[in-house]
Amino acid sequence: MAQTANVRPGGIKAKHQRLVLLAVALAVLVGAALLAAWALRNQASYFYVPAEIVAKPPEPGRAVRLGGMVAQGSLKTEADGVTIAFVVEDGKARVPVRFKGIVPSLFVEGSGVVAEGHLDSGGTFQADNLLAKHDENYVPREMKDMSREQAEQVMRETK
Amino acid sequence: MIAELGLAALWMAAALAGLQLLAGILALTGRGASLGGIVRPVAAVQGVLALIAFLCLIAVFATTDLSVKLVAMNSHSLKPLIFKVAGTWGNHEGSMLLWVMVMSLAGGFVALVERRLPEPTMLATLAGQAFVSLGFYAFLLIASNPFDRLSPVPEEGNGLNPLLQDLGLAFHPPTLYLGYVGLSVAFSFAIGALVTRQVGPAFARAMRPWVLGAWIFLTLGITAGSYWAYYELGWGGWWFWDPVENASLMPWLAATALLHSVSVLASRDALRAWTVMLGVVAFSMSMIGTFLVRSGILTSVHAFAVDPQRGSFILALLAINIGGALTLFALRAGTVTEGERFALVSREGALVFNNVMLSAILGIVLFGTLYPLVAETMGAKVSVGPPYFNPMGALFAVPMLVILAVGPMLRWRRDSFARVGRSLVIPAMLVAAGIIAMVVVGGVGLLPTLGFALALGLGWASVLPLKGRNLRRTPLPIWGMVLAHFGIAVSLFGMSCESAFSVEKLVAVKAGDATAVGPWQIKLDAVEPMAGPNWTALEARLLVRYGDYGKVTQLDPQSRSFWAPPQQTSESALLTRWNGQLYAVLGGEADDGRWQLRLWWKPFVPLIWLGGVLIALGGLLALLGRVASDLRRIFAREKIAYRRGRMADLQRAQEGEEP
Repeated sequence: MAQTANVRPGGIKAKHQRLVLLAVALAVLVGAALLAAWALRNQASYFYVPAEIVAKPPEPGRAVRLGGMVAQGSLKTEADGVTIAFVVEDGKARVPVRFKGIVPSLFVEGSGVVAEGHLDSGGTFQADNLLAKHDENYVPREMKDMSREQAEQVMRETK
Repeated sequence: MIAELGLAALWMAAALAGLQLLAGILALTGRGASLGGIVRPVAAVQGVLALIAFLCLIAVFATTDLSVKLVAMNSHSLKPLIFKVAGTWGNHEGSMLLWVMVMSLAGGFVALVERRLPEPTMLATLAGQAFVSLGFYAFLLIASNPFDRLSPVPEEGNGLNPLLQDLGLAFHPPTLYLGYVGLSVAFSFAIGALVTRQVGPAFARAMRPWVLGAWIFLTLGITAGSYWAYYELGWGGWWFWDPVENASLMPWLAATALLHSVSVLASRDALRAWTVMLGVVAFSMSMIGTFLVRSGILTSVHAFAVDPQRGSFILALLAINIGGALTLFALRAGTVTEGERFALVSREGALVFNNVMLSAILGIVLFGTLYPLVAETMGAKVSVGPPYFNPMGALFAVPMLVILAVGPMLRWRRDSFARVGRSLVIPAMLVAAGIIAMVVVGGVGLLPTLGFALALGLGWASVLPLKGRNLRRTPLPIWGMVLAHFGIAVSLFGMSCESAFSVEKLVAVKAGDATAVGPWQIKLDAVEPMAGPNWTALEARLLVRYGDYGKVTQLDPQSRSFWAPPQQTSESALLTRWNGQLYAVLGGEADDGRWQLRLWWKPFVPLIWLGGVLIALGGLLALLGRVASDLRRIFAREKIAYRRGRMADLQRAQEGEEP
């Protein structure tokens, strides 16, 4: 210890060390930011309404979310008792959805839903998760906007 | 009456914060040196007043005084008392008052106890603390007064969101707030040191216990929040990369980096500007977290304030505090003289590396959390989830974990990998064995494989700093470091096993039917209705058995319906064994009388939270060690002063005898 104490660590000059450290730290952080931006473009999951997903479908398998109304009379439970199939509509288009799992308690025909999942090659939306209205105060964000802009229109057009 | 008392206390506390700021500035600028003396007592009284205001609010909630608007909006006379009290901070106004209260108490405590720093630095620190508090007082009094009265008085309150009616709630927010606010003290110290240009080991030693304390509470808060989400939401997951979770993770990442750099500054006098910068960033992350969570731009059980005025108010506070601090940093960073130097391969070098990695992860999480908000202003609705966060986070977490295994064995100033190489042979072999084992098992993803292998290697490496030490004489902070690093390995092991080996089953069964998940045999015995104080429920009776011959245990998952406000929640049932957890959720009834059941067998999942607790315990040991040595130093100084005094007395006595 007594020997090393007198040696200039690494032989780097004082001012240079500070600069090198700063440069390396900045390079890593900028690299991280660039990587993050690139990954976000590829991995962010976009929100679609049925009209959009029919007109311009995302590539099969890509994670997206689909929001709309559960069509009246479309909800069916399959023989295993846990898989359901229903249709999400927005008055302009209809998209078939399959979901295996326990549905939220306020999930009923004629109410709004946001499904997280992906489109399969057959045009059916395979949902991994369903978000329904919890109660008056806690509504998925997209549905809040939808109930204002689209839901009323949806209801008018479907009547 | 109690409400008015609370409001009065709040106004007085705010006024004192103003006085504290003003007196501090005047004393510092030399226009009122005598005013400096009142800053400390004012800070203490301000803390007490804020505490009184908070106690008043608790009293109003405990007695369900419905003439107070906040109580009527958020409470209900039929709620159990514990949830009435916890409901005090289960809403926007109450939680902000809790924030201010903890912050003022912390400021008062610093004012009374901290005597090591030069007086001008202390004045600047306390003025900074008062400035931040003042913003939050203004927010409370102008935009979200918790003591507003309601007329006419309603007959009954609205109730509390049932998801929040849980014991976890009683402790989760206060724990996180203690963490956030502890970082506010670190922030104020950083401001104080910048203003008076006193960035050095003394500053680091004053700041360290607060960073440690805040970090412990953040660790516990995140651990508890994760467990709450795991059992209360009934989705079987333990981390969702929800913006609300990220809001607590970001300050933790910054605090972890700060914790390590402040140690370097305290013991080696290196990383001066970096430490100050992290002090600013850590509290900024706390405020950004609060803004994200409370402003209502995110919809969740946490977003209480849907009033856009409040959102803008918090945003303005955020801009003033963070912008001001960063400007001060930009102006003063150049004048902070350089600290001690060190070689790339050294303890400091490893800590800098991990600091940069932590900052990169912090940046990744911040980007991913803010991106949907930015995208929405441009008209695109997106959400960012695990496909982004997991690989991007791992990219920086993996090198960090590798250096975490090596760093504690390196010497300060300068070292070589060759010297520590031999002790790392076993950890490296464990990593290789872990990877081979996972490949042999097959079907395990890249991240769980790496996580599993690194957990084994790190678990071994983390205890190596104890090698060759006399365990009785090993200082507490070393034990703390070892325990915290070991906790990371434990947690990582749990995470990897959970994601590699979990088995899930979703079935619909009739009463009397049996099913199986992983090694478990499960029989649905019956589903029966039952009632609680403010809910009714359907409860399933499951008889479960581990393997073919294990003991039969009963599990009772419920599907609950609350009536104020009306909402359904599912209460999952958990059975913990040493090697994992069985998790059962009751779903709906199918048309033919079958019941939906969702079952998981999650090997080693409790280790995730056990690891979290170990990490926090490690922090606690380090904190105790630091505080104890500080106290010893103070006592030693007093003893010397006492002896000197006695000698002087004796001398005087002798001199007195002579003539």
